[in-house]
Amino acid sequence: MNIDVRSVQRATVGRGIAHDSARKHVAGEADYIDDMPELPGTLHAALVTSPVAHGKLIALDPAGALAIESVVAFCGPDDIPGHNDIGPILPGEPLFASEIVDYVGQPLGVVAAETFEAAVKASRAVHVDVEEREPVLDVETAHEAESYVIPSQTVAEGDVEAGLASAEQLIEGRLEIGGQDHFYLETQIAYAIPGEDGDMTVHSSTQHPTEVQHHVAHVLGGLANSVDVFVRRMGGGFGGKESQATIIAAAAALLARKTRRPVKLRLKRSVDMSATGKRHDMVATWKAGVRKNGRIEALDIEYLARAGNTPDLTGPVITRALTHSDNSYFIPAARFVGHACKTNTVSNTAFRGFGGPQGIIAIETIIDQVARELTLDPNVVRAINYYGPETGEVTPYGQPVEHNRLVEVTETILATSEWQRRRAEIDAHNATSPVLRRGLAMMPVKFGISFNLTSLNQAGALVHVYQDGSVHLNHGGTEMGQGLFMKVAQVVAEVFQVDIETVKITATATGKVPNTSATAASTGSDINGMAAYNAATAIKGRMTNVAADHLEVPAEEIVFREGRVHAGNRSISFAELAKHTWAARVQLSEAGYYATPKIHWDVKTLKGRPFFYYTYGAAVAEVAIDTLTGESRCLRADLLQDCGASLNPAVDLGQIEGAFVQGMGWLTCEELWWDEKGRLRTIGPSTYKIPGSRDVPRDFNVAILENAPNGEETVFRSKAVGEPPLMLAVSVWLAIRDAIASCGQPGISPKLKAPATPEHILEAVDDIRARGSATGVA
Amino acid sequence: MSKMQINITVNGKKQELLAEPRELLIHVLRERLGVTGPHVGCDTSHCGACTVDMDGKSVKACTVFAAQANGADITTIEGLGGPDGLHVLQQMFKEHHGLQCGFCTPGMITRAYRLLQEIPNPSEEEVRFGMAGNLCRCTGYQNIVKAILAAAAELNAAKEAAQ
Ligand code: FES
Ligand code: FES
Repeated sequence: MNIDVRSVQRATVGRGIAHDSARKHVAGEADYIDDMPELPGTLHAALVTSPVAHGKLIALDPAGALAIESVVAFCGPDDIPGHNDIGPILPGEPLFASEIVDYVGQPLGVVAAETFEAAVKASRAVHVDVEEREPVLDVETAHEAESYVIPSQTVAEGDVEAGLASAEQLIEGRLEIGGQDHFYLETQIAYAIPGEDGDMTVHSSTQHPTEVQHHVAHVLGGLANSVDVFVRRMGGGFGGKESQATIIAAAAALLARKTRRPVKLRLKRSVDMSATGKRHDMVATWKAGVRKNGRIEALDIEYLARAGNTPDLTGPVITRALTHSDNSYFIPAARFVGHACKTNTVSNTAFRGFGGPQGIIAIETIIDQVARELTLDPNVVRAINYYGPETGEVTPYGQPVEHNRLVEVTETILATSEWQRRRAEIDAHNATSPVLRRGLAMMPVKFGISFNLTSLNQAGALVHVYQDGSVHLNHGGTEMGQGLFMKVAQVVAEVFQVDIETVKITATATGKVPNTSATAASTGSDINGMAAYNAATAIKGRMTNVAADHLEVPAEEIVFREGRVHAGNRSISFAELAKHTWAARVQLSEAGYYATPKIHWDVKTLKGRPFFYYTYGAAVAEVAIDTLTGESRCLRADLLQDCGASLNPAVDLGQIEGAFVQGMGWLTCEELWWDEKGRLRTIGPSTYKIPGSRDVPRDFNVAILENAPNGEETVFRSKAVGEPPLMLAVSVWLAIRDAIASCGQPGISPKLKAPATPEHILEAVDDIRARGSATGVA
Repeated sequence: MSKMQINITVNGKKQELLAEPRELLIHVLRERLGVTGPHVGCDTSHCGACTVDMDGKSVKACTVFAAQANGADITTIEGLGGPDGLHVLQQMFKEHHGLQCGFCTPGMITRAYRLLQEIPNPSEEEVRFGMAGNLCRCTGYQNIVKAILAAAAELNAAKEAAQ
């Protein structure tokens, strides 16, 4: 696309059109898998899961379950005709534990019954005998034993030892970062329908239909071409339905194969929360060598990530944590190390941000600590460390920071949030308020867009134009509420210059567009939008030639506009041209393809240019804390997010607001809590608190950066938006730290664990009061 | 367990069926009557995805027994719009982008429908309070609150015009 898009007024792209299914959602007519009419003979399934965290599986006896009325079948590890392996990256991750059980909630088998209730009852009646072994439940124990699920990773640049040795001041610290459950409102579900020749059709609530297809085929002992996966929509995904959906789909398919009946497996919330992975909790420890002015010269960070029992996606999650540990700051000597600690807890997985949030909260806490211990303004410390012409512009992993908007977003947010006035007001308030303290913080986010692994950055689309001028659109991306389907449809409508209603949006289907990547890493609209653009553009080119013949003008004079095709003052409708094109025996269908350019990545050295571009954002948050109860509240948040030239500003604003609130949940109220037996005790909304309608900032100002088309040639110069704003919520965390710091002496940095629950806030307030004057480490 | 006869009115239509008394209303609606607008999000009365209107009150259908619903008049998302289109609330949720994945939406709108009868002219604070039993994981609630306030304004304006 070599046109300069900046000056062009677009017909469809850039408009805030409602979500593709909005009309159906508000009427209750949008079908999720559980709403689909059931085929005759449909069975309902439930998972049988491990009651203990670690041990040897002695017996798995379904007799008791099968004796229950209406129970039809059981499948365990021995009933798998193909491979008992669903590892998304590395082999060796069983669908059902066969010898060793590794966490409470681990799937051991699955039962099917005529009703959902009977299936659930039967799942508890399967006799499970495990010879218990001592579980490893925390990352430190695993780290001491050097027990990792994959080799440790290091992103490094410069001489860190020398930098630390020669620093004017050494700053050391540690941060516990909590995990997070996805809590998509629709729990994991799949509906498997057996067909002829051992074929299987699977309706799966998955972000990764291709992975479901491949694993279902291999579990069943067949080939990929025997499985068709369909995804019309998910009731939320957030990364939790990337690799995890495979478990559910494969279990349903096994039963469908065995019983020759359609099987639906929907997880109860409690099972969903104990059987499937979450955001990685991590412990970060660091040493920073700094100058008295706050400039960081050397930084050593080590992360202990809770991988859980298997690698799953932990490798790339850690890579992204390490490649975001610089956030917006140029650090000349850096060493970021990540260990994937093997624990007897559920295997953690993708979650919006994919390690990025952990890296960014670590570096932002470090910046905050440096500022506090040197009694400097944190914003000044940020500014003097920003990537820029004076510091340096290459990240520790070797990618230059191009089209840098850090100063622009920072200055804008400080102005629009009235930082100076409020800073003074809050300081004055705190000086006279012993119990209620307020805090204020600003932070930037720089987030790299593309999958770290270069090969995943490709997409396909399938576009048909029918003879009546209607358009059929299909692509590899999945719709989980993020508005992808509408954005891609807008791209196609724009190319053909037809009304958006003309473009039919269809369910993601592995039989239409094969070998897709997960809808993840915020890349959905970038790569699928471009593949659809390429498909539509190819068809349009052929139609243009037909139009030129028909209207007897050179092709250059043909213009598509408002549903018609013009040559000077003559025109025909798009539909008429479609008919002519067919009659001229010219193809009206195209499979489009896109591979992200410019990127490369060396997985051994962790160097390269993994990201096509960066997005930038900034946030200012104000909080109040009660130093007697530890409660906190976000009073105001101002967000500014770079969306390039937004494909759909209404959708993007929704993404920013939703991501920020989800990030706030991660850092304030959502706490995963395991008991000493390794049982997760927060397995429902009664104990696991996601933000509710009253828990969001009272004053919430959200803006998209204006006049900021992407410097790279993305689809209509837009930028990805799914994940980056989640990290803007780190501003809330920093504001809570600011409020806590006001309880201590200058020069002292708070010690606060994430999430900042009332307990953790109280602990940090007590601690900072007890520490009195400035000494020691944070 | 012996089944009992349940008579309920769902979206204006009388329904008679045999159910175990402890069968849950959400299952009666979804599985027996094919009314799949109300969703199951948690099964434990905490998320609000299953919210329906029962005899003029918002209830979570996942924690109402069929027996309790006997004789009741129930309205679900499917029953809110008139024959000629969407209810104002539905219209406003669509216009103000009060949804993303949409899974919470039927429960949200059904709850908001009752809220606006309890408090026809609510403040933002009252909307947030009145909707606190309905979780949304996608939107951050901003556009949901906006949609409800816009619907309240529209309904009140229509009322005034009628007077
Ligand atoms: S399903 Fe009824 S409240 Fe969650
Ligand atoms: S729109 Fe997804 S849960 Fe509300």
